[in-house]
Amino acid sequence: MLLRLISPLMNLIDLPMQFLQRRFGITRLAWVFLLPNLLLFGTFAFLPILLNFAYAFTGTDKILLMERSFVGTENFVQLLDCDNYLDPNTCVRDLFWRSVHNTAWFIVLQVGFMVGLSLLTALVLNRKIRARGFFRAVFFFPVLLSPVVVALIWKWVLQRNGILNAGLEAVGLESVVWMLDRHWAFFWSVFLSVWAHMGFYTLILLAGLQAIPRDVYEAAVMDAANPWRTFRRITLPLLMPTMLVVLVLALIKGVQTFDEVYAFSGGGPGSATTLIIQYIYETGFAGAPRLFGPAAAASLLLALLLVVLTGVQLWITRRSSNG
Amino acid sequence: MTLKQGIFGMAAGLLVAGSAAMAQEIRFMCYSDGNECEAAGEIIDRFEAENEGVTVVIDKVPYKAILENLPVQLAAGTGPDMAKVTDLGGLSQYYLDLAPHVDTAYWEESFGPILNWYRSGPEDSGVYGLHSQLTITGPYINTTLFEQAGVEVPGEDATWDDWAEAARAVAEATETPFAMAIDRSGHRIAGPAISYGAQLFAEDGTPILVDEGFQTFAQKFVDWNADGTMARDVWGATGGTTYQDAAQEFINGELVFYYSGSWNVQRMDSSIGDAFDWAVVSSPCGPAACSGMPGGAGIVGFKDTEHPEIVAKLIDFLAQKDNYAELAGKSLNIPAHGVVITEGMTYESASPAAGAALNAYASQLPKVSPIAFAYQGYKLNRAMFNISATRITQAIVGELTVEEAMERAKEDLAQALDEAGE
Repeated sequence: MLLRLISPLMNLIDLPMQFLQRRFGITRLAWVFLLPNLLLFGTFAFLPILLNFAYAFTGTDKILLMERSFVGTENFVQLLDCDNYLDPNTCVRDLFWRSVHNTAWFIVLQVGFMVGLSLLTALVLNRKIRARGFFRAVFFFPVLLSPVVVALIWKWVLQRNGILNAGLEAVGLESVVWMLDRHWAFFWSVFLSVWAHMGFYTLILLAGLQAIPRDVYEAAVMDAANPWRTFRRITLPLLMPTMLVVLVLALIKGVQTFDEVYAFSGGGPGSATTLIIQYIYETGFAGAPRLFGPAAAASLLLALLLVVLTGVQLWITRRSSNG
Repeated sequence: MTLKQGIFGMAAGLLVAGSAAMAQEIRFMCYSDGNECEAAGEIIDRFEAENEGVTVVIDKVPYKAILENLPVQLAAGTGPDMAKVTDLGGLSQYYLDLAPHVDTAYWEESFGPILNWYRSGPEDSGVYGLHSQLTITGPYINTTLFEQAGVEVPGEDATWDDWAEAARAVAEATETPFAMAIDRSGHRIAGPAISYGAQLFAEDGTPILVDEGFQTFAQKFVDWNADGTMARDVWGATGGTTYQDAAQEFINGELVFYYSGSWNVQRMDSSIGDAFDWAVVSSPCGPAACSGMPGGAGIVGFKDTEHPEIVAKLIDFLAQKDNYAELAGKSLNIPAHGVVITEGMTYESASPAAGAALNAYASQLPKVSPIAFAYQGYKLNRAMFNISATRITQAIVGELTVEEAMERAKEDLAQALDEAGE
């Protein structure tokens, strides 16, 4: 019935297709199909990349390229001008280096906790526990939330008169103004990021766990291997390719973190939770005058890091798919 | 072509051309602190009725969009026809000069020196913006808490130290969480800094931001945040250029002394209701002055508009005495129009407290330092505001000492001026 309905439509398409095949030949026809997407991709992806390069090597607060002056590598030189890279106070662009340090710590902690907790959760959810489907949904639910919603939820929980402090006071403990302490603010930024994204990585690891053949575990049981040994010698090695993919994906996502932390803490207290994307955003768009050059240079440095991380991911993926 | 076809063709052409000329849509990007867009909308409805074929679409946007999105749109040539802006000098390159379309003598007489805030420099004599909302910074106090604490409200010439002492005493006696708060904004601390002797500009007019007076106030402010006099949550709990006010804490009765500005009167009036008594008091004094900081928002047209005459006509319509008085009266704002000020304002929708607050703010205008007026009129003042907020916050949270923060502020300003070609 359906076929009968759509066949006149297919005939309609058939005619122009035959014309295009005759006009361009069968091999070049692929380009015709790709053209609309290439145009969109070129306009909204490649062109901005090229523009970013142009901005990084030019100065002034003007937005139109023809009004900007060429400054060579000055924007990069200023960003990288440091007496001691471990001490942002010795750098010309101290806020950039604070954001680099924060981002480095953020990805170490966030990725560490993310992978560890996702693995633990996946292991638990892979067992035959009661209400397994419900718990899988619960852990995945935060992934569906908008980053701003995640930030606001935790902001309300952690504010001076928030639910967490009410709970602490209810059990006789002193309340804490979490967002005034740089260490607590950083901890909660990592926490909310892990909470928001853990479900996604748990799902990947769960799929990895379910792909491990059952007979390997049966053999382990026959050999009287204890659960810890089974985990260490069977689960972990066989899950390693999936783990590596998760690790690299989490790493890239960690470097790109902006929205939830920005909406949560505004990068504060001071610059304690300012991550590199926030630095780029504030330098290029929220400040005055808008320093498009330094912002573009910083984003190119970030892009370089992301290219390296993506390369690692591709290498790992190829290696694991080749066995 | 037959005669019939010719007549038909001409008629069709005239119809198309006529409807194109008739349909003039003006897009007005507007933000509200209270109800400014709605109040302007009522006057604009009358303008539309008087000007057949003109449609004014008011795009109400968050304040952040005015600060961050509008400049990028303007630079890209995709901005609206007109907007309500606060970066008065910073966007001057995009403004439509209304002078060819309006009675410049009327504008000069009505708005005088405030027109300079919209100009690109001293040599510029154009008419660019209608200052729809003249604001001045100053303190709100919770008078109920003062009464409950039995602490006398400091007098008109009280210093910042007097107010700090009184607010601390009230907060202690009434177990109020916060004694004082100042909005996290470089604009807000400019008045106090000027009162402590900050010059902000060198003798030749070059912006310097940091000097002894500025640093003295910065140090005092950081100390007040450290000892709990100031609500540390406002400045210390955020970072970057993020704006943070303490209005909600004041509305909740958790704050004794709140240094903000006249734009919040409508919000205070509607949100506090009869929960407690509040008042606006004189700007506290420092060793050099008792200055608040003027400011506000204005309605400007943009030179990329396709309908410059209509935009100018609309802004001029809003600037007419009766319309202007209606706009200021309905939105509970201090007028900037000379004749309206002289004749006195009636705020019909305001409560007695709000009316008194607006009058209290208006009475502070003569005390405003000339440095504050110059700072408000300086086109790169937003750069200086942002630098002040970012660096002083770093000193508050202990990332930098006050001295280091001030050094960094100087370097930031130098970079900003360099990029802006100043």
